[in-house]
Amino acid sequence: MEILKQIAQCLEAGDDAGVPPLVRQALKQGTVPKTILDEGLIAGMNTVGEKFRVHEIFLPDVLLAAKAMYAGMDVLKPLLISSGVSSRGRVVIGSVQGDLHDIGKNLVGIMLKGAGYEVIDLGNDVAATTFVAAAKSHDARVIGMSALLTTTMPVMKEVVDLLKKENLNGRIKTIIGGAPVSQNYADEIGVDAYGYDCAQAVAGVKKLAAAVR
Amino acid sequence: MEAITARVGRGEVLLADGAIGSLLMARGLASGAAPESLNLSHPEMLEEIARLYLDAGAEIIQTNTFGASPLKLANYGLAEQADAINESAVRAVRRAVGEQAYVSASCGPSGKILLPYGDTEPEKMLEGFQRQIQALIRAGADIICIETMSDIHEARLAIQAARSVSPSIPVMATMTFEATARGFFTIMGATIEKACRELEKAGADLVGSNCGNGSLQMVAIAKEFRRCTKLPLLIQANAGVPELRAGRVHYPESPATMAAMSRELVGAGVAVIGGCCGTTPEHIRAMRRALDEEKVVRHGHSPA
Repeated sequence: MEILKQIAQCLEAGDDAGVPPLVRQALKQGTVPKTILDEGLIAGMNTVGEKFRVHEIFLPDVLLAAKAMYAGMDVLKPLLISSGVSSRGRVVIGSVQGDLHDIGKNLVGIMLKGAGYEVIDLGNDVAATTFVAAAKSHDARVIGMSALLTTTMPVMKEVVDLLKKENLNGRIKTIIGGAPVSQNYADEIGVDAYGYDCAQAVAGVKKLAAAVR
Repeated sequence: MEAITARVGRGEVLLADGAIGSLLMARGLASGAAPESLNLSHPEMLEEIARLYLDAGAEIIQTNTFGASPLKLANYGLAEQADAINESAVRAVRRAVGEQAYVSASCGPSGKILLPYGDTEPEKMLEGFQRQIQALIRAGADIICIETMSDIHEARLAIQAARSVSPSIPVMATMTFEATARGFFTIMGATIEKACRELEKAGADLVGSNCGNGSLQMVAIAKEFRRCTKLPLLIQANAGVPELRAGRVHYPESPATMAAMSRELVGAGVAVIGGCCGTTPEHIRAMRRALDEEKVVRHGHSPA
């Protein structure tokens, strides 16, 4: 549908003032909120993520697109809730270390929210004990961890070990991402999944959350 | 001591030091803690590390103040102690090196993103850098080294802050680039050409690059800098791209590799060479030998 394409393009251009009117227009035309979310906002954000990965665009474009995504979600959120699209569960995310390079983690957070999860973002420099404590207190199904520096990667293994020690492995699943980590590393330390990019991370969380309980 | 700008202006090549963070971790810095908190609790560690690099042959020794802008320290609840943290770091290096080496005060990114992409006002960022740099200069820093920048605007604010505190202190400014199919860019999208233009305009005395993906790329980056500016260049490379081996972080480039790189960098016209993440006193020692062994001539300068 034309309007959905327009929403996606407007989001890709980082136009946070332009997205909400288009979303309202789509609603007026009778498009279901969930469709606007999936085929407008999320589709646009996926394109942004992909272009960022291949260096076609840079961080400023991604940050503006994320603002536009939030602006669109603000319009849709009350409708999604009232139309009975319920939460798919909670996910705790955080960077084991980082500053402005935490964009990958933030993008995954946005996309998870878009996909219907409640996201508890613990921010940066998150210690293993903090991840596990937050997952327990929020009754989260999945812990998503991002690392940007190899020196901090060992925190990921600490989380796995801590979950095992507290007999929570299986009840709380783990997924990792970030420039220095790989599927090999995920296998080596025993986390449940690895997300190469944003889309894979969201797909991974969906699979893990469905497997819990 | 003669100002560094005068020496590089004559065609001299100077050697800077290597990484601090990894040496601090080896001395018990907990991961997740602010490395700068040690400036107050364990200044003797900073002195010891500065002495290791001085003995290895470095002529420029950096302070442990990379993350010591009040904006960044606020993440650890340490913003109030920014003055003391910065002053203590400069004094520790000075105690170790006396007048045998320059004390180069490190200023890394604030960790904040400027409006409209992020939420930080330029005035607030400028103020933060001013406060940090005031403390660094008050304690006796010889050089301000603005490094690992990806946002040109932020780098310019830091240079502007340094210039507002002291019109005469030598300012070095380096940014971190990634290789893409379309050439080198910072993660914020700045090219080397733009970096040269903007950093020079803001008042930097030396420009260049640090961190990144190892020697090979750094030589290419240095050559592009040389094409784009007449300012003296500063390059501080990582010891390659870190790998994890059996749960431990390993930087693949040996002292010999980086020593060979340093000669290539001089050939490309670089005036100040040092190391970033993963480099050790052994790397710096090897680079010292490589630079001393045979007089390499800096591109654009006839031999002294």
